[in-house]
Amino acid sequence: MTGAKPAVGTVAASAKPAAALFPVAPPPFSDGVFPCSECHKPGDKVDRVPHKVEFHEDIVLHHDEKNRWCLDCHDAAHRDSLHLADGRLIPFTESYRLCGQCHGPTLRNWKAGEHGKRTGSWSGAKQYLLCPSCHSPHSPHFKPLKPKSPPLRQEAIK
Amino acid sequence: MSDLTVTPLPVPEPPAEGFTRREALILGLFALAGAATTSGCSSDQKAMDEFVQKHFKDLSPEELKTVLARMEKNLTKKYGKPVTVSATPAMEGVLFGYALDLSRCIGCRRCVYGCVDENNQSRDPQTHYITVLEMDKEKGVDLQDANAYYDHETVPAEGKFYMPVSCQQCENSPCSKVCPVGATWKEPDGIVVIDYNWCIGCRSCIAACPYGARRFNWGEPNIPADELNPVTEYLGNRPRPRGVVEKCTWCLHRVRKGLYPKCVEVCPVGARKFGNLLDPDSEIRYIIENKRVFILKEELNTQPKFFYYYGL
Ligand code: SF4
Repeated sequence: MTGAKPAVGTVAASAKPAAALFPVAPPPFSDGVFPCSECHKPGDKVDRVPHKVEFHEDIVLHHDEKNRWCLDCHDAAHRDSLHLADGRLIPFTESYRLCGQCHGPTLRNWKAGEHGKRTGSWSGAKQYLLCPSCHSPHSPHFKPLKPKSPPLRQEAIK
Repeated sequence: MSDLTVTPLPVPEPPAEGFTRREALILGLFALAGAATTSGCSSDQKAMDEFVQKHFKDLSPEELKTVLARMEKNLTKKYGKPVTVSATPAMEGVLFGYALDLSRCIGCRRCVYGCVDENNQSRDPQTHYITVLEMDKEKGVDLQDANAYYDHETVPAEGKFYMPVSCQQCENSPCSKVCPVGATWKEPDGIVVIDYNWCIGCRSCIAACPYGARRFNWGEPNIPADELNPVTEYLGNRPRPRGVVEKCTWCLHRVRKGLYPKCVEVCPVGARKFGNLLDPDSEIRYIIENKRVFILKEELNTQPKFFYYYGL
């Protein structure tokens, strides 16, 4: 790694350089959920003790669910942002900084282009997929896929 | 027995001075071509133009332009939509390399069909450049018992792992050495290419390739016009004729314009990586320097530029 790239685990003083360094595809929000502030208003009462929420029933938390819940990543006071463990706010487009707090080596590999998927140009402008583009943050394990059809067997080729 | 007279075999006339056999043959056919044109048969003329075309590397810039224009015209007519055929040269200071993370590939075959669409492989008869092999995790890489025909409801299947194999773009490529007519060679950016117009279909290269990467067009290739990718390269994805060999070119028509190969972009798990081996900051160099990479059949000294690795 060259000195120009931020070291793993450090957070750029301003959000701008990090965003410019990693041009990401838009976060994969489910339809109509963003901005969260449409429903969650600033003055709303917030119960900070982990509990089962009535809304968002489609979300099944399967990501160290014994130890974490919504407000570990989502910010109760700034609903359209996420926050790091130390409370600093980050936009959804920089969610990798949040994920990287626990998954350090993965973040390092992602920054280097080894983990994850990039599209565009190998020599120039490329787009990175954010972690949630492939791993649902609430249930990050990959879901099995139906494979495309097998090749024809030789004897079947006329 | 003794009355058997031995007649000496007729000695062929030496070719006229200054002519090789090929040229003499071509001259003879030129005469035929003349006859064909006077009889007004344009398909014969087309065949003749193709037949007398020089090897790709021997074409002057002017001749190349004519050849490309002829191909564009013929393909545009055949598929009923504008088709371009370019001959983009290799970039300076670029040697391509590829890496595939075996710990991530789930064997979904998205790459196989993405490749078919992008590179204009024949749909029927079926041609695939990528073969995804399914193997037992317990046994590790064991090509002998690999299965390319798995057909599960979902992948990855329990206890299995997947290894997609296609052209390894060897630095020391056996296929290009055995070709009797020099129709296949390694380009300066490391991609092994085929001049489909020069290939005589002898399939020596297929026998020589230790990776089973080359495909022969036994029948007339067939691509539905609406599915044809109209942006093509002479040495890459232009529609191939019957009777010639083809294979993966790492999407030469994309990578020489700076794009990733199609398989890299369609893989849903990001198992495929591509870049310039000569660029120390490239993704591919990071992988080679930081991961446990291996090449397939290393003992054959083919020196593939396709690296497999375990990212996890
Ligand atoms: S698309 Fe990716 S995961 Fe699917 S078979 Fe190809 S390399 Fe493996």
